[in-house]
Amino acid sequence: MTWTKKVLRVNLTEGSVNEEPLNMDWAAEYIGQRGLATRYMVAETDPDCDALGPDNKLIFATGPLTGTAVSTAGRYSVITKSPLTGAIACSNSGGFLGAELKSAGWDMIIFEGKSPSPVMLNIINENAELVPADDLWGKSVWETDKLIHEKSGDPQTRVAAVGRSAEAGCLYSAIINDLHRAAGRSGVGTVMASKNLKAVAVRGTRGVGNIKDPARFMKSVAEEKQVLAENAVTGQGLPALGTQVLMNVINEIGALPAKNMQLSQFEGAHNISGEAMLEPRKSDGKPNLTTNAACFGCTIACGRISTVDRTHFSIENKPEYWGNSGGLEYEAAWAMGADTGVDDLDAVTYVNFVCNEDGMDPISFGATVAAAMELYEKGVITKEQTDGVELKFGSAEALVWCAERVATGEGFGADLGLGSKRLCEKYGHPELSMTVKGQEFPAYDPRGIQGMGLTYATSNRGACHLRSYTVASEVLGIPEKTDPAVTEGKAGLVKAFQDATAAVDSMGLCVFTTFAWTLDNMAPQMDAACEGDWTVDRLVEAGERIWNLERDYNIKAGLSGADDNLPERLLKEASKAAPTEGQVCNLDQMLPEYYQLRGWTADGQVTDEVRQKFSLPG
Amino acid sequence: MQRSLTIDPEKCTGCLQCEMACSFENEGNFNPAKSRIKVFTFHEEGRFVPYTCTQCDEAWCMQACPVDAIKMNFTTGAMEVNEQTCVGCKVCTIACPFGTVNYNVDTGKVVKCDLCGGDPACATACPTQAITYVDASATGLDKMRAWASKTDNAQATT
Amino acid sequence: MKHLIIGAGPAGVVAAETLRKLDENASITILGDEPEPPYSRMAIPYLLIDNIDEQGTYLRKDQDYFKRQNIDVVVGRAESLDPVNKTVKVAEGDSLPYDKLLVATGSRPIKPPVPGIDHEKVTSCWTLEDARKITSGIQQGTPVVLIGAGFIGCIILEALVSAGADLTVVEMGNRMVPRMLDEKCGSMLEAWCQNKGVNVMTSTTVTAIEPKGDGVLVKTSDGNEVEAELVISAAGVKPNADFLEGSDVKLVDGGIEIDEFMQSSMDGVYAAGDVAYGRDFSTGEFGIQAIQPTAVDHARLAANNMHKHGSIRHRGSVLMNVLDTMGLISASYGQWEGVEGGDSAELLDENNFRYIQLQFDQDRLVGANTLGMTQHVGVLRGLIQGKFHLGHWKQKLMNNPLLLMEAYLAATQAS
Ligand SMILES: Cc1cc2nc3c(=O)[nH]c(=O)nc-3n(C[C@H](O)[C@H](O)[C@H](O)COP(=O)(O)OP(=O)(O)OC[C@H]3O[C@@H](n4cnc5c(N)ncnc54)[C@H](O)[C@@H]3O)c2cc1C
Ligand code: SF4
Ligand code: SF4
Repeated sequence: MTWTKKVLRVNLTEGSVNEEPLNMDWAAEYIGQRGLATRYMVAETDPDCDALGPDNKLIFATGPLTGTAVSTAGRYSVITKSPLTGAIACSNSGGFLGAELKSAGWDMIIFEGKSPSPVMLNIINENAELVPADDLWGKSVWETDKLIHEKSGDPQTRVAAVGRSAEAGCLYSAIINDLHRAAGRSGVGTVMASKNLKAVAVRGTRGVGNIKDPARFMKSVAEEKQVLAENAVTGQGLPALGTQVLMNVINEIGALPAKNMQLSQFEGAHNISGEAMLEPRKSDGKPNLTTNAACFGCTIACGRISTVDRTHFSIENKPEYWGNSGGLEYEAAWAMGADTGVDDLDAVTYVNFVCNEDGMDPISFGATVAAAMELYEKGVITKEQTDGVELKFGSAEALVWCAERVATGEGFGADLGLGSKRLCEKYGHPELSMTVKGQEFPAYDPRGIQGMGLTYATSNRGACHLRSYTVASEVLGIPEKTDPAVTEGKAGLVKAFQDATAAVDSMGLCVFTTFAWTLDNMAPQMDAACEGDWTVDRLVEAGERIWNLERDYNIKAGLSGADDNLPERLLKEASKAAPTEGQVCNLDQMLPEYYQLRGWTADGQVTDEVRQKFSLPG
Repeated sequence: MQRSLTIDPEKCTGCLQCEMACSFENEGNFNPAKSRIKVFTFHEEGRFVPYTCTQCDEAWCMQACPVDAIKMNFTTGAMEVNEQTCVGCKVCTIACPFGTVNYNVDTGKVVKCDLCGGDPACATACPTQAITYVDASATGLDKMRAWASKTDNAQATT
Repeated sequence: MKHLIIGAGPAGVVAAETLRKLDENASITILGDEPEPPYSRMAIPYLLIDNIDEQGTYLRKDQDYFKRQNIDVVVGRAESLDPVNKTVKVAEGDSLPYDKLLVATGSRPIKPPVPGIDHEKVTSCWTLEDARKITSGIQQGTPVVLIGAGFIGCIILEALVSAGADLTVVEMGNRMVPRMLDEKCGSMLEAWCQNKGVNVMTSTTVTAIEPKGDGVLVKTSDGNEVEAELVISAAGVKPNADFLEGSDVKLVDGGIEIDEFMQSSMDGVYAAGDVAYGRDFSTGEFGIQAIQPTAVDHARLAANNMHKHGSIRHRGSVLMNVLDTMGLISASYGQWEGVEGGDSAELLDENNFRYIQLQFDQDRLVGANTLGMTQHVGVLRGLIQGKFHLGHWKQKLMNNPLLLMEAYLAATQAS
């Protein structure tokens, strides 16, 4: 163990809820969470299915370490086919829901079919039932959370829900749990809403146990917590400034994309940085940041709890936003700030609240607004579409207006809900979409950090920093420093990071631990907790297996090597920022080597040898 | 010198490492629902408050127990429940004005913090020193005990 | 200093211990009229179901405890008081002298005025002796009638059922535990009992008990007749202060009137526990609470004032009760019936037998009822007794009464 070895299967079409044993043969190969749920997707769905049709499935999956005392082990992922990319989606979330689900006795929930009318799933330990949710439909995540808590009466009930954006069909809607933790990317919330599933409420009081070697486990956990505490990033930087510790760092090296990635530095970066979040405001003398907050079991505590200035135009007449809520993470601050050219911290924080409140991925949302702003700049989108709003780079009013429209899907909000790719196609300028496989970029300019170019191009879920965070090595020197400007060695670096990260995700841990931990720190904890022998080698192998399985799924879903690409802008328009001036992303110098290291064909197909080596299905 | 648990909510991040450590120590699994220490979240205020028995001087629980099942451990100063003796009448659970003795339906007995016999697992697990096990004279404890005096049904006349 | 304590229940024992802590050298004597070592009535239900043996009911487990504490425990019944010579006359024995006297004689069950109540198959459930009689009288399937579904009745109800009784409960009031739980709570409790196969008859009285075969026939006001092999009467209690009648110690409603220093109308004579007509914290008024926590509160304070008169003032005890009725746990605190002009909040989940009701006076909590709750219930006492101003947390509690702990922490930490 510590798998609970139980899967909850929920057939939404029939309204049935059943328990079944977890496939432990697969668990031995794919660990849990991301890997194991993908294995279920491959076995049970047609990769070619309509992501928003009843044939797609939606899996909430925990890892074997989820719910244990290993630092950060509170996570769960949502795995499904993405409506945004058409590829496999796996969105990982913290907060408390994952551990609660595990404590209720479940490794996974598999949702299949589509409910004829809105429903929610209620889980109290072994008791799970679908209940009508007509009263919740049309409500924001926050209202939904409140209503569910009023009904359950139990403050410890953990809720995951989709907001109005998902109901309206926004393609990058997230599933929000614990009010401001998101299974954020690739439109997993859109899939959930397409199934008429509004929310999942969980209360678990059974506990997570059956540790293989409790004494060794507790000792190992304590030692590794110490490693996190003593590390400069996980012990100081992240608790103090959150991921926002990066804003100034990345800007200074000329790798902070701005204004729909036209630029590689943002003049207003400091105003929306982690440091700025600590500065007292003029109006009330309080800083934006109230405190840092942890997810379940996390000893890093990078989470931000913030307020917006009450006198700010966005909320001055809305007391419901005057309290604390989830504050800015770096990626969100970048997308909704630097990429739109907005350096108004309060506006960006408020828009972040809106994203949480109505379940939008702030990266995709911000990047889509950025694309729309460039289309507006070009005169393709006009005030006719925007009800007279000037959709100009740098306009906080425009940003706020956009967020409130996407939240409900009203008017131009529906266009923005298409995501950058479809929006730019609709308005005849596909080249302005800063996406890979239809998913918007996060906050690192691949012209300045070459490894991130390959990371984005080859990520199995479209542009994403979390699949192989080579920034760690190329910028922060973790585990060792590489030069961000060179492409040499990056193929190997990316592959190694991808495989390791797949294992980290699948165990149920947070990728931020990897600033301080390698698999050498994780394997002993995993091995002391879980049945079987878990060595670093086995974890790496499982990670590589998972990566190949995801790739295989995508190929079957109709993607190919041609989709491992970056927008022309990043390959041709050189950086104008001083530290990286003249650089483009040299993807072509890395991609062939990467395919080779993966053992794939020159056009990026998974070969039979690889299939056999990892005993991949079908 | 007797030591006691001191709690500084300002430092708490709400990670629940303490709840896990406590439940593991006492129940053998990671189960916040069975923890003797609880972290309460004040979402709008952005505040986390860990909370457990202060081993208060009045020891309401001990006094209320009709069968002498709660006794003071003289080494640690903790009021400890003797499971063998406890009949599960729950009078202590309503008598403790802090709500820190709770009934466990599964065992039919009550549970409360016993300072883990002098090495509290929560304090060891807490990554931010929001919970520490220190000299009994530390200030945080005085504050918690001040609440206790508010509950006293007696009033000293001097 | 000679301290004499009459009554070897929780009040008597706690007073003696407190006195010993305050004064190493004082002479302390407890006079009790039951043959067993000091024990706790509250533990009797657990004895009935064999959860513990008789020793498990003893207030202090160690046989030598009282000897080591240098507390004399004497068996005998106090018959009268001689305030001039400061002695207490013990039935069939010598008189015991005192400088300070504590009367902690508790209460005893009332016999309802029903023809046939003295039949040998009718018993109360109050002493260890009663308990023995009940245990030997009940086997699997024995038909039993319980008169009274008050607090004590309900507490023993579960024990009777698990001992095997085929149980009928007859209660005069319109619901179970009418003096502790509100209408909703009491009715839910009744439904719960009915579900578990207990026949509960509310708004009904027993009119006669007649011999029938080896057992009796119990007749009720609604014309029913129930056969029983054992009848248990739990129809209320009254204080054991009769032996003071005719003395200068003032009695009210049969209990001993005390002041805020726990002293009776006679100097040097104190009272504590079920026998004391003491102050209620919530109302400030005097009355008899007859619960264990109050007995202990009283005892501690009385001992302090016996040691040094005037040292601690009694601000009143909060009325509180917790009941476990076949697994359904209910609790009540203070002014659960509410106060004039006050607000109340409630949350009801009838299907799952969960209920909570809070009573406020302005922004302070003054009373509560709960059903099906086991976590942090005690904080209700903290809130009531601390008289904390809840401020805007009152509204939050009105919306969701379960946010008790949060409200408590907010109220206490803010101040
Ligand atoms: C079955 C049962 C269950 C209960 N459950 C609960 C519960 O769950 N919660 C709760 O709060 N309360 C409960 N109670 C009530 C609780 O037991 C009493 O409130 C408590 O015992 C009062 O303590 P006391 O010391 O005042 O009186 P008692 O315990 O009654 O002790 C008084 C003693 O004095 C003796 N005595 C009386 N007259 C004389 C005399 N003239 N001379 C010498 N000795 C004398 C008596 O025989 C007795 O031994 C329960 C009672 C019973 C019977
Ligand atoms: S459980 Fe409550 S009454 Fe008992 S020692 Fe702790 S705080 Fe005091
Ligand atoms: S529940 Fe147990 S410890 Fe608490 S008062 Fe009753 S017997 Fe004592």
